[in-house]
Amino acid sequence: MNDMTSEGPMVEFRKDLFADERDDNLNEVGKPTRRQDILGHVTGRSPFFDDHLFNGLLHMRCARSPHHHARIRRIDTSAAEKMPGVVRVLTGRDVPVNLNTLLSLLDFGLDDEPLLSETKVAYIGEPVAAVIAETEAQARAAASAVHVEWEVLPHVLDVEEAIKPGAPAVLDIYPNNKFVYHGKYDHQKLRYGDVDAAFRGVDHVVEGRYQMSPIEQAPIETCGAIAAPEQNDRYVCYTSTQALFFSLGTAAKMLKIPSSRLHFIGGTVGGGFGGKVDSIHEPLAILGTMLTGRPVKYAWDRAEEMQVGAPRGAERWYITDGVMANGRIVARKFIGYFDAGAYTRLSSYAIIKGVGHLPGPYTIPNVYADVFCVYTNRTPATAMRGFGITGVDFAIEAHMDKIAETVGMNPIELRILNAYRDGDMKAHRREAKNCALIECAQVVAEKAGVTLSPEFKAATSMTGGGGARAALPAFTATDEDGRVEGFAATSYAKKSGASSAPVPGAAPASRPARVQASAQSPARPAAQPASPPSAAPVHTADPADKKPARSGAMRFSSLSGFRRR
Amino acid sequence: MAKTPVTFTLNGSAKAAFANPGQNLLDFLRREVGDLAPKYGCGQGTCGACTVTIDGETMLSCLVLAQAVEGQDVRTASGLATGATLDPLQVAFMDHFAAQCGYCTPGMLVSARALLDRNPRPGREDVIEAISGNLCRCTGYEPIIAAILAVANGKARA
Amino acid sequence: MILVETHPTLDDAARAMSGDAAYMAGGTLVMRAVNEGQGPARLLRVSDPNLRALRSSGDTLTLGAGMTMANVLSHRDLAFLHPVARVVGGPQIRNMASVAGNLFAAHPYGDFAAALLALGARVIPVGQGSARNVEDVLRDRGRAGLISAVELQRPNDPRNFGFLKISRVKPKGVSVLCIAAYLPREGGRIRGARIAFGAMGPSPLRSTGAERALEGQALDATSIARAAAAATEGLEPPTDQIASEWYRREVAGVHLKRLLSGMEHS
Repeated sequence: MNDMTSEGPMVEFRKDLFADERDDNLNEVGKPTRRQDILGHVTGRSPFFDDHLFNGLLHMRCARSPHHHARIRRIDTSAAEKMPGVVRVLTGRDVPVNLNTLLSLLDFGLDDEPLLSETKVAYIGEPVAAVIAETEAQARAAASAVHVEWEVLPHVLDVEEAIKPGAPAVLDIYPNNKFVYHGKYDHQKLRYGDVDAAFRGVDHVVEGRYQMSPIEQAPIETCGAIAAPEQNDRYVCYTSTQALFFSLGTAAKMLKIPSSRLHFIGGTVGGGFGGKVDSIHEPLAILGTMLTGRPVKYAWDRAEEMQVGAPRGAERWYITDGVMANGRIVARKFIGYFDAGAYTRLSSYAIIKGVGHLPGPYTIPNVYADVFCVYTNRTPATAMRGFGITGVDFAIEAHMDKIAETVGMNPIELRILNAYRDGDMKAHRREAKNCALIECAQVVAEKAGVTLSPEFKAATSMTGGGGARAALPAFTATDEDGRVEGFAATSYAKKSGASSAPVPGAAPASRPARVQASAQSPARPAAQPASPPSAAPVHTADPADKKPARSGAMRFSSLSGFRRR
Repeated sequence: MAKTPVTFTLNGSAKAAFANPGQNLLDFLRREVGDLAPKYGCGQGTCGACTVTIDGETMLSCLVLAQAVEGQDVRTASGLATGATLDPLQVAFMDHFAAQCGYCTPGMLVSARALLDRNPRPGREDVIEAISGNLCRCTGYEPIIAAILAVANGKARA
Repeated sequence: MILVETHPTLDDAARAMSGDAAYMAGGTLVMRAVNEGQGPARLLRVSDPNLRALRSSGDTLTLGAGMTMANVLSHRDLAFLHPVARVVGGPQIRNMASVAGNLFAAHPYGDFAAALLALGARVIPVGQGSARNVEDVLRDRGRAGLISAVELQRPNDPRNFGFLKISRVKPKGVSVLCIAAYLPREGGRIRGARIAFGAMGPSPLRSTGAERALEGQALDATSIARAAAAATEGLEPPTDQIASEWYRREVAGVHLKRLLSGMEHS
């Protein structure tokens, strides 16, 4: 029925089936229609996770780190256990598989984050114990009575500070607080053409530094889940998650339970905006149910939602453009830093997404990007509206205005001049299609009362593209900067099933960075080999524990753009 | 734990239930009485998702002691419809896309209903002030304002 | 575990007060603490409806301690306080928050208290004891005891009282700062200037610098400029999530100038 071509599946209309009962015109534009769930919303009947009553419901609240960074010497739950209403206090050793990274479900990245931390904490609010009690007030009081002996460690809160030699090691499975990409590099690279060569022939070099702070999604409904025993030896879990299958898979993995024993019910989310994808509440709530035999609710209060809940991560971008006097941008160089906070979560993937987007909706013949996923002692970051893209777009568009000012050009015309057009080759080696930046810019100019000169008024996305602009660059400069040793190639973009685990025994080391020809680049991390880890990481993935290589059903390729042609 | 009996009227019906010491009205309505319409958003009186009326005045149920409503008339969003017949505000919200995730909606409707009960012909500024204690993270408020004004101006469908 | 006690009168509640108890009026402050597990061991409340009464005798207005902001807005006699009551919280909070309770609201709240400070109001304590200036109560809130009413003199010209709340979110938003100014005139000159800032210190505070600049002067561009320049003398504005000390210092005089410029009259 579906015709798979290199363009993707074609849609086939079977109008003969149930013809007299259907209208396949698909003409919905201009007709009033109601959201299918809005009747529930206005009657207060939409079933958010907490809108389910359970007899004997228990409440879970966590004891959390007050420090940015600290080693845990001892967790003493004895006082908490004796407090009124307390049924059970959980610590890390109660968690069957107490280490995870969200994307392990897609074989991307190393498990790095405990559900309940046992040896150290790396951000304020990191949970170290979960108290389960008859009422929320009792759980809250008992959580304060969990006594932890901390050894406070130096912390780092800035991405460029975190990658300097000697910075506190936030996440020590990767050297120098940088995620390792493809088992090879301490950053994600994009190389297209030769920016250094191009810079030598331009009229202007325009530099910019752009910074975005973390942004809290702040949904009105806080994150949470209620788990309960169900018939057929299953557990039911009502959850606020936006990522039901992620949550189910994560719970199955961390609780070492077949997913067939989990019954997840979600779909009614009181505002997500990306902040309800981290799958933290379900495993803990289900664990509580498993160990107490009773329904357990684990939800954040507002203070936790704002402080502990993952925000969109901070980003810092350095953009250097080589521009001709007529406004044509011929080279664009990005150095980007994503502040992942204390753990990886989805930040590594956000960068893949972001780099695929570079250099923005413009055709630039030479593009270079080094983007780092950096660990700091801040709250771990996660997704939010336009995940991976919005931050760099702010930087790109602010930079375009700076260029317009430099060359003395109308900023809208500058964009039209450099806009991609249908048929152009993009920096990640795919053809641009269905471009519309030019048309959007023209409408904006009209509505803002900005006069465009005739040449720019007449431009279209459908003309002027392709041809020479469709060709790949004759030469692309590549490098081995930021090379990391000691990490096996990942199954990501390969089907071998090998994992991105550090090779046991090999000391991860960074090669010295190549000296930059251009004096304009921001300082690269100093050329020093990283010291070997103090001990073999406890969580090195034993190949014997690894799941069998997937047959290819779970290809990450479509997300990253590495699909083979 | 010494519980306190609370007898009150909920959406026109007599109710009695037991409150835990220090239990707020929001938690009491949801857990002990079973009215799930008012929602928890902050527990601090900032978001308005828990809005109910008590003796005709809008209040934040997360900041009301449950036992304080003894003998009082409490109304939630659950009481807006009469049987299967929706309140015109509910219909207007549906027609104007005045809800997306729906979490702020019960509290928002209670505030809107209270406004129209005391001022049937509000202007735009009156509507804005009336809903200023109800945060919405999804709609940007304009569809909500439009829905309320539509009912006020008699333009909403029955 | 919290013990809730409901008493028929304030006198009964005052007798039951102790170190581990807190009095709850509208609940907007105390219930938040209870919800966050920071509540008192004993919660005292009173079921007396007379707490919300407004009495007036000549120019003396006596506001029952339990009067809510909405109650204030419903009395034409208190019209000069309407600009203040209208911007406390949102509509729901205004139905709950009490006049006396606002005196105990920690920074950044307490807009109504700032207005009472500027108006030279006094609190009537429960039981024996004479009326105390709001200023004294604000300085030592922990030892204030229960309050039965707030007493103030009606401004002989309502135009002499002005109030301005500066917040990022409008109409309901927490104060970056607020300003209450009471400038009684005698023969065209200001006599007894009182200017109070909210959210510019640990509690509402008077701006003695601005008061000195205005005292005995006509209210005009010159005196207003001098008052604005002296606005933050002796004050140490806080830095918090809403604004930094630097910002509050920078804008306080600007907003004072705007408020005072609107109060110029013959």
